[in-house]
Amino acid sequence: MDSFARELTIVDIRVFLAHCSRTNQRRDMIDPIILFFLMGVIAGVMRSELRLPSQVYDILSIVLLIAIGLKGGVELAKQNLTELIPAVVAITSLGFLLPLIAYPVLLRIGRFSRADSASIAAHYGSVSVGTFAVAVSFLNAKGIAFEEYMPLFVVLLEMPAIFIGILLAKGVEASTDWGEVCHEIFLGKGVVLLMGGLLIGWVSGSEGIEPLKPLFFDQFKGVLALFLLEMGLVASSHIRILKRYGLFILGFGILMPLMSSLLGILVGVFLNLSLGGVVLVATLSASASYIAVPAAMRISVPEANPTLSLTASLGITFPFNVLAGIPLYLFLSKTIIEYLGGA
Amino acid sequence: MVVYKRKLLTIITESILEQALKRDFEKMGIRGFTIVDARGKGRRGERLGNWDSSTNIRIEIVCTEEVGAMVAKHLYDNYYHHSGMISYLSDVDVLRPDKFTVEKSSS
Repeated sequence: MDSFARELTIVDIRVFLAHCSRTNQRRDMIDPIILFFLMGVIAGVMRSELRLPSQVYDILSIVLLIAIGLKGGVELAKQNLTELIPAVVAITSLGFLLPLIAYPVLLRIGRFSRADSASIAAHYGSVSVGTFAVAVSFLNAKGIAFEEYMPLFVVLLEMPAIFIGILLAKGVEASTDWGEVCHEIFLGKGVVLLMGGLLIGWVSGSEGIEPLKPLFFDQFKGVLALFLLEMGLVASSHIRILKRYGLFILGFGILMPLMSSLLGILVGVFLNLSLGGVVLVATLSASASYIAVPAAMRISVPEANPTLSLTASLGITFPFNVLAGIPLYLFLSKTIIEYLGGA
Repeated sequence: MVVYKRKLLTIITESILEQALKRDFEKMGIRGFTIVDARGKGRRGERLGNWDSSTNIRIEIVCTEEVGAMVAKHLYDNYYHHSGMISYLSDVDVLRPDKFTVEKSSS
């Protein structure tokens, strides 16, 4: 009996150790925050009762945006700003270029209306801060360094696509109220919080923001996990209606970010960024907006169908980037940097 | 207690239109209104109210019949075509009829 018990214990320990090593391997492979996203998607698709109050979503996104801004601002203060001018110009140009590439594809091949093509193009030219946060967390977990002032690029890439989108939809001669458009673009929640965070971080420096660390930096991962849970729930409601819009939008939602990421990588390499920096520019290019652009398009291009563009950006591109895109952009960045370095 | 007949105009629409509508009301001289967050379902799908792009609002304006008709027509002409919006008028009894008039300076 004794020997049997001992044998059982040994077997138990072996099973336990095997389990541990499996979990360790798994920890290398998948970040738990991604699992939170999947939990949200699955709960939503299965029509669970789970629902985060909109105020909770608001506070989570506020903490994320300020945290990202603060960190970027502190690092920006250490930079020589004139040295950043080429990067600012290149990144802003990328923001103008991406919607111009997407638009003819949507119009000619996708056969969407002018308004819908312009609106979707604007979504894909702009950025998703949520995707950026996941990429930062991914790089941190892998121990890959990046230029910490990257949040500046988030702000720069957020805005140009909105102008292009409205111009594509309405033309220059139309009666667009540009005052209102500018208000929408520069005073949208995302831009105000990111810019505000950047400026506060820049003015305060790393010692100044030290007392804010417990909320904005130590809790970052937890806040991001809850944010992704909510994003999973929101994405699921768009995944459920995917089939309404056909295969073209599914293909576009995956191929467009891939193409954009390649352009992003080239810009990153051209700017001589570190590997992590190149991956972040690739991720930013590949990501599609779901906050700033939808709001601006609702106001300025009301004839565009908001469900169509949000289904593409939230139902397809956001999950694609979070689950597969970011690791893929790391692989592509590495390959291209090695190739160009070797050439 | 004496009560007076007025109209209640109720508007249910996308919360993104809140600022634009408030500006319109101001121009039309409407003195007061109430806005609450809402969620629900309609022809354009379900509005879960859980994040920015999925939030609705319900606006209530107590006014005279003429003002109610004027606002409803303005909404119909400017928003009904492209936005998720419904509005309806109903009868209400109020105690202070002078409170529910439009400001003289405008319209």
